[in-house]
Amino acid sequence: MNFVKSRGLTLKKAVSPAAAVLALIVVGLIPSFNPGPVPAYLTITSVTILFYIVMSVSWSIFSGPTGYVSLAAAAFYGVGIYMSVIFGGSLPLPVLMLLGGVASFVLAALIGAITLRLRGVYFTIFTFGLVQLLISLVLWYEVKINNVVVRTIPSVGYNTVFYALFVLMVLVILAAIFIKRSRFGMALTGIGECEDAAAHIGVNTTVVKVIAFAVTAFAMGAAGAARATTMISVKPEIAFNVLESFLPVLMVIFGGTGSLLGPVVGAVIFSVLKEQLITKWPKWYMIIFGTVMILAILLLPKGIVGAVKEVPGIAKKLLLLLMTLIFAAVGYVFNSILAASGVAVSGLVFALLFGIIGFIISVHLLKHLMKKAWKGAKIDANA
Amino acid sequence: MITVLNIIISGLIMGGIYALISMGLSLQYGVARILNVTHGEFIMMAAFLTWVMVSTAGINPLLALVICCPVTFLVGYLLHITIFRWLKKFSIVTAVFESNAMLVCFGLMFIMSNAAMQIWGSNNRGYQFLQTSVDFAGTAIAANRLLVLAVALAVSVLFYIFLARSRMGKSIRAASQDAAAAGMLGVKINRVMAICFGIGALLAGIAGTLLSIIQQIYTNMGMQYTAIALIVVVLGGMGSIPGSMIGGFILGMVGSIVSYLDPSLAMVAFYVIILALLLVRPKGLLGR
Repeated sequence: MNFVKSRGLTLKKAVSPAAAVLALIVVGLIPSFNPGPVPAYLTITSVTILFYIVMSVSWSIFSGPTGYVSLAAAAFYGVGIYMSVIFGGSLPLPVLMLLGGVASFVLAALIGAITLRLRGVYFTIFTFGLVQLLISLVLWYEVKINNVVVRTIPSVGYNTVFYALFVLMVLVILAAIFIKRSRFGMALTGIGECEDAAAHIGVNTTVVKVIAFAVTAFAMGAAGAARATTMISVKPEIAFNVLESFLPVLMVIFGGTGSLLGPVVGAVIFSVLKEQLITKWPKWYMIIFGTVMILAILLLPKGIVGAVKEVPGIAKKLLLLLMTLIFAAVGYVFNSILAASGVAVSGLVFALLFGIIGFIISVHLLKHLMKKAWKGAKIDANA
Repeated sequence: MITVLNIIISGLIMGGIYALISMGLSLQYGVARILNVTHGEFIMMAAFLTWVMVSTAGINPLLALVICCPVTFLVGYLLHITIFRWLKKFSIVTAVFESNAMLVCFGLMFIMSNAAMQIWGSNNRGYQFLQTSVDFAGTAIAANRLLVLAVALAVSVLFYIFLARSRMGKSIRAASQDAAAAGMLGVKINRVMAICFGIGALLAGIAGTLLSIIQQIYTNMGMQYTAIALIVVVLGGMGSIPGSMIGGFILGMVGSIVSYLDPSLAMVAFYVIILALLLVRPKGLLGR
């Protein structure tokens, strides 16, 4: 292990931030490609992608290093939505997002203070139950006291939402980098590796966990408040949709927990897949996501980014990319063949699905064929 | 007075079913270390299997129990020897296995509930069985509800005797205390875990059949029962079978009382109980 880090600015160190900034600028220009009043499909999809990047990166800030699997994302997201429901129209979007964030922060701090003393699966159950509780509670309030179940939120336009989420995403990614490099981030990693040992060397584990949980909840609440303005109508089952708790988990597991890139990659792939499936193949949407989740856990334990990192050398990485693209192309052709018989779904859906499965097959195939060169092979052999 | 008796009896009936469900979940977590969130989907599947058999072939629901039990057991057993054994082989630490197994279960839950939705649609289903009312201390109760209570109690007691007296039960208890040590002493640990997972599914199957006798069933009923089973298991103490049984009846009673006052607040009441319990005694009533 290389403990002494070189302080000098090397080319390799400069390339990745430069690439990141360039990517951000390109993404930031997306709404200007279509300056009409009607939002383009690209902008709508981008809003979804940005939203899920915020969700999955903030999920991974807390759950990645600590190993506490939180299923409360939908709770914070829903709280954000209801902040927009209550105050939407009278307040501008940034204030709505701030309100959603603060409300989620307070809820997370309260829940966290009670439940984060629990370890492992107890915590997961509790967060899962929290969403169910909020559904019943809000539904009860709406039916018995408010007498309105389906609520509407005034729209603020897709471009505004896009930029709001874009800024939020940049902030969340910066926060993730900052936390990872700070003492606080080290405390989180320590909790994940051995909580008792972390407590023994002076980390106040409960406080660290509650702060991390609440900060990430802030981002989720703010994202919920922003996304709410793109919804036509809201009711408790939609605002606190349990699936929204699972999507960040799926995205992060599929992308890879170890790095910051993992959640982003997972979020991009699955939000595109989700948009496509919901519009073109809604019947199979949940079944496909469940299957991919199981496949990812069983066959890609380190996620896409982790699997690519293990591939030795740039040549073999390109080979893996090529194989994945071939599978994706086969998927696209498969859809055209289906189209000839009149049951086509969407070329993109099949390309993505075949690409995902092709990637898993290629990784395992390459690993099997070139065992000696594999970086992770030694570790696997010891385990 | 009659209302009070009614509340108590319906509390007992739901309590019996909750006890069945949570004993299964507790066994699966206590021995196989899998927090099976597909539990509710097993209940739903068994309920629909019974409904199909009763409404198409006209079979007696109690006879359907004889078919549902082996089917659910086999599905659970096969799931364990394929997916979870594979997962166990590649998970170095138990904590990693536990969280991965739980996430796999969530994936299975989505697949099962949606497959059911596509097969049977999202309408309420039901059938008539033993609707005659029985006079019980001045209140009229449907005979099918009493039958369900009796079956639930009988199965719970039989299951407890199985765990306490039989050789297999002894292996299961040994495996739940210390799987590695039990393995060294000659317990075929993988087989015991698979059987435990199967038995958990079987208990869910029985509960599903019983529920279909007394209630309308629908394809997304699973999640609700999963949540209740999780609450009961936390209430009674993870891995404690008597705890699950007591917890089941407590929750059944509370649910019945709250439902009488305001049905939409039942879930909220359960959650408040859990919150209070976690503050006072996080290990549960009979937890170790």
